[in-house]
Amino acid sequence: MKQTARIISTYSADVMGVCSALFELGGMTVMHDASGCNSTYTTHDEPRWFDMDSMVYISGISEIEAIMGDDEKLISDIADAAEVLKPAFIAIAGTPIPTMTGFDFEAVASVIEQRTGIPSFGFPTTGMNTYIYGASMALAGIAERFVDEPSKGESAGSTLQMSSRKIMSVVENCCMRPNGIKVNILGLTPLDFSIIGQDESIVQWLENEGFEVVSRWAMGSSLDEIRRSAEADVNLVVSAAGLGAAEVLWNRFGMPYAVGLPVGDDLKEILADTLKDLAEGRAEKSVTICKDVTMDSFADEEAAAKGPVVIIGEGVTSLALASAIEFETGRNTKVLCATEPLGAVLRDKDRLTPDEDDIIPELEDAACVIADPMYKPIVPEGATFITLPSEAFSGRIYREEITNLIEDFDQLLNKII
Amino acid sequence: MLKKVYEKQNKLSADEIPHVRIADANFPAPFRSGLEYSSPARGTWNIVHTGMLIPEAHEIFVCAAGCLRGVVLTAAEMGTQDRFSTVAVRENNLLDGDMEELVIEGVTDIINKLPKRPPAVLVYTSCVHHFTGVDLDMIYATLRSRFPDIDFTDCYMNPIMRKSGLTPDQLMRSRLYMLLHEREKNPEAVAIIGNDLPTDEDSDLMRVLKGAGLKVHEITSCKNYAEYQEMAESSVYVSYNPDAAPGGDMLAERLGGTHYALKFSFDYDEIDGTFAGLAKALGIAPRSSEEIAALRADCERELEETKKLIGDTPVSIDYTYCPRPLGLARLLLDHGFNVIRVYVDGIPGGDRAAFDHLQKEHPDLMIYPTVHPGMRFARTVNEEEGGFVLAIGQKAAAFENTDHFVNVVEGGGMTGYEAVTRTCALIRDAYMNEKVMRELVQVKGLGCEVCVR
Repeated sequence: MKQTARIISTYSADVMGVCSALFELGGMTVMHDASGCNSTYTTHDEPRWFDMDSMVYISGISEIEAIMGDDEKLISDIADAAEVLKPAFIAIAGTPIPTMTGFDFEAVASVIEQRTGIPSFGFPTTGMNTYIYGASMALAGIAERFVDEPSKGESAGSTLQMSSRKIMSVVENCCMRPNGIKVNILGLTPLDFSIIGQDESIVQWLENEGFEVVSRWAMGSSLDEIRRSAEADVNLVVSAAGLGAAEVLWNRFGMPYAVGLPVGDDLKEILADTLKDLAEGRAEKSVTICKDVTMDSFADEEAAAKGPVVIIGEGVTSLALASAIEFETGRNTKVLCATEPLGAVLRDKDRLTPDEDDIIPELEDAACVIADPMYKPIVPEGATFITLPSEAFSGRIYREEITNLIEDFDQLLNKII
Repeated sequence: MLKKVYEKQNKLSADEIPHVRIADANFPAPFRSGLEYSSPARGTWNIVHTGMLIPEAHEIFVCAAGCLRGVVLTAAEMGTQDRFSTVAVRENNLLDGDMEELVIEGVTDIINKLPKRPPAVLVYTSCVHHFTGVDLDMIYATLRSRFPDIDFTDCYMNPIMRKSGLTPDQLMRSRLYMLLHEREKNPEAVAIIGNDLPTDEDSDLMRVLKGAGLKVHEITSCKNYAEYQEMAESSVYVSYNPDAAPGGDMLAERLGGTHYALKFSFDYDEIDGTFAGLAKALGIAPRSSEEIAALRADCERELEETKKLIGDTPVSIDYTYCPRPLGLARLLLDHGFNVIRVYVDGIPGGDRAAFDHLQKEHPDLMIYPTVHPGMRFARTVNEEEGGFVLAIGQKAAAFENTDHFVNVVEGGGMTGYEAVTRTCALIRDAYMNEKVMRELVQVKGLGCEVCVR
């Protein structure tokens, strides 16, 4: 009930997750809010704001508009702006005030779409969930509305024709041969991956393994590339923000998906094999790496006997890290997931910990804690603290200290050992 | 590492960027309100910064996670995370009607967990409390009875009220002094109130007060809570930030004494008039005509020297630089400077005379908004013109895409004729020396390190 945080930060909220997920796709996203959400988002949640034009705005709702239920003001403001700015789509995302006034997001989006002729979304975010919830909802919306049916001869699961230039690129970059499998990466936002090149590292790893990347949702892909996503054979969900879209793409096109992040050599191998199995129909709808692929026993009983390595953060990243640590060191791990896991990706020993009070007792037996630096004040003095900054938690403050987990996992591992 | 995918497909031409000739502009709202853009310039203070001016006070925000996010990180970035806590409002709290309990128990829980009992706690409630009709009186009465050794005051993060009644900024500045306890008045003591940044030691105001041998209190120089309480001995409270005036009136009514709202101005006659009023409020002699003539001559010399240096370099001004952006534009244009743009969403009431003057004498001056949706693409204006614009203020610098800018917010502690001379010196510095605009303007709360003590 207390829902307090004496000293730790709070995660980016659902409304910001919508903005972040849609940022690069050429649409216009409107936070239906009085003020504050815009500067918060553009300062702490959106590292691309200064350098990349994107149409993210607030509605600036006033007390009288809220009390009188004046939705027309919002609708006409959006229609006026859209007429000049011509966005590819329009998205409205909610905050506490429209939640309280019972704002009908779907209906208003429908009116705007009729008036402007521009595809429009109403995302009923409340400002009370984490960014994962909003980003997942937004990417699912894109999957519903914008992904085209695969063109003939390029359907999911078919043998794909790579351009000669692409083949050369893949061959030059690695010794792996193209395996003919196309992949979409789902759940990429700077909130989880920052702008330090982790998105590129994931792409590079996939290409080194012989995969072709069709689209990245949604860092580094245009809306046109996203539209072609059904050409892929399988989806790789790298954060829980991608789970909503993965489900939609499964339902629409029967595209299977793997949930995981390529961290550490063992996990990378498992993840690559899983993607191949899924693409070739040897596995079911989805595989959650780290949960479905677990260690039966710890080879190093001495290491396992130490207190757990506790990882606090977003579910998929934390689980990938936990599994990689278990594989590489034999140490026991525990994930404290502070964001919505959405797909129930957690293991039995992991915990959902939305509040400071939930986290503190879970750290009592920790030998080592890996978390954002803003958790440090609540970590027991006896535990080794390893910083793993997250834009979604501490914003831009520790950006220069963020570890590229795909490429530099060993550096982090050395701190544990 | 940042791959640019979105290539300004919606880029607007210079003509399409929203703007209006001042001759055609309406007062006080030259632009229709609509969707709002957020400039990356972040130097102005917010309610977290301002609250932290009270030494040793602890801030507790009670609101939804989305609203907490910006304030938590404001505190963290300014290095005062240990004086900041939060209580998250969730959907069930809206439905269950237990908002009072959430605030009381949440604040109690935090206070009990603090390593050291703070002398004062600022509890910030938000729009959701306003809309659900929360009984704030009961909440504060309960907290005061539970913690009689702590001073509590009500603060607000309810931006939905920014268009009606006192603005959140005005309200916050008024709350800064609600914790002062009544004490015996000292006729020789005066307090400068409502400004975030310390008043310049060589400003007209400070020279007048110290020249009269008065003891000057200012929240920015209080080292601890006890020193802050000494402000209550003041017989006269002087504000010069227009948003501090309502708080000054409240303070004088509550503790006694006089509040004098000194006008921030670039108009010589208005400066003289407002300082004559100050002298009367303080019961001291006004500045002599010789003094005034010398001050005016200083200003003219500074303006001449500055104009000689920068010539016809285009100049733009934005409202974050000072409370009278049009007053500054008027001063500079009347002295031959090439002011081409002023960025302002609404024209401050105090700028009415300057507005009227500019409409008549400099009708082609362009007024640009800062929050209009089209301003997302305004940074291209300067690129297309290919020149360098000297910007006065962070938002102007960001829109003009220039590293030649004056990096000051909220008047920077200037008052009187010193605002003219210091502005001239800053313009010369901006002309001669480039700054890294991209880095500097994105820092929140310029000068907020004054709160860390």
